Amino acid sequence: MTIIVNYGLGNLTSIKNMCKRIGVEADISGDPARIEEADKLILPGVGHFKKGMENLNSGGTRQLLDRLVLAERRPILGICLGAQLMTGHSEEGDVDGLGWVDAVTVRFEEAAMNGLKIPNMGWREINRCGESPLWADLPAESRFYFVHSYHFRFTQPDEVTATAVYGYEYACAFRKDNIFGTQFHPEKSHKFGMKVLENFFKG
Amino acid sequence: MSLVRIIPVLLLKEGGLYKTVKFKEPKYVGDPINTVKIFNEKEADELVLLDYTATREKRDPDFKKIAEIAGEAFMPMTYGGGIRTLENAKKVFDSGFEKIVLNSVLYNDLSIIEGIANIYGAQAVVGSIDVGRNLFGKQKAYSVSGTKNSGLYPVGWATTLEKAGVGEIFLNAIDRDGTWEGYDIPLIRAVSAAVKIPVVACGGASGMADIERAVREGGASAAAAGSLFVYQRKGMGVLVSFPTQKLKI
Repeated sequence: MTIIVNYGLGNLTSIKNMCKRIGVEADISGDPARIEEADKLILPGVGHFKKGMENLNSGGTRQLLDRLVLAERRPILGICLGAQLMTGHSEEGDVDGLGWVDAVTVRFEEAAMNGLKIPNMGWREINRCGESPLWADLPAESRFYFVHSYHFRFTQPDEVTATAVYGYEYACAFRKDNIFGTQFHPEKSHKFGMKVLENFFKG
Repeated sequence: MSLVRIIPVLLLKEGGLYKTVKFKEPKYVGDPINTVKIFNEKEADELVLLDYTATREKRDPDFKKIAEIAGEAFMPMTYGGGIRTLENAKKVFDSGFEKIVLNSVLYNDLSIIEGIANIYGAQAVVGSIDVGRNLFGKQKAYSVSGTKNSGLYPVGWATTLEKAGVGEIFLNAIDRDGTWEGYDIPLIRAVSAAVKIPVVACGGASGMADIERAVREGGASAAAAGSLFVYQRKGMGVLVSFPTQKLKI
């Protein structure tokens, strides 16, 4: 059973809908007992980083996730804010994150945007730059749906598995052992996202 | 380089989809579930679903129906119509929508924007402006599906909505709706130049050339259309379609 971790932020229903579509049993829950049972986890999220960390910290969910992910190495996929929360710190609210990967979350540099508006909202092609099981059998010109004003910045480039370009090139997906993250929304990215999620569940 | 979002707009009424001309003469164009499935196959960029009679009839969104529709969609979904409270907005998000469109409620209550944005983020809140002309031909922002003149100028209202925290402006020219006469480029240009947030142009599209003009000449970030994606051509029968060509800027 996959648990889509509910910590009070964002749109969880569409992830569950996509799981159902690809035949994966998934439930939305914030209940520690249910999260404990999960063989795979999805950390979703759309919203404010600070609020996200506050919710994770206050409910005791953080300690539980730390144990399941870092000690027990259960596979987890962070999506959008959920992936950003896995970094060490964010400029959004100037707060520390879970610190599972060697990266920070920074705002798009206004000066480098060449008139492009923030947030980056829409479909972008990604440049795969590392080996990731998530990219198995993915067509070369795959595109994904993005909505974000902040992005990851990695100190260990070997953890970056894809980049995208908006104003400039930035990391949009990562993998460190059992920890996966995508800035884009696979659950909203047609057959391309469907493939990525299938690959996550296959592994 | 980025891909311009092209967004079909679907009008929901009594469980069916309709298309209007200048916000009037609604004609049935099909079943929403079936239509959404076709847009999945055609890989549409996003869909906007508007229950355009909800506010006029003073009713809440049809939560059961819209959850059913969103459950079939594997692309970003936006819903508008009858959202007056944070509670209603929450239920819409829980139904599987990424964004909500607010229009009539904003003329009485701008604070709802912040309430929603605090939980779901500003990008999830779309401020919709229906632009009509008054007796003297001046363009004004209209509420309640284009039936009520607010007396406000579109540009001024757009900047007010931006300050109040919406993440995007959905700009609809009522007198272009369903006419296939092309977007109102001067209107789009004026609003796009006045705000930093993305502007989605709507009303009048007859093809890719219009969409490209809205973006290149008007400065819109995205282009939405109704008739173009549900009819074969002007005056012709229903045919759900979506361009295979991508517009890159």
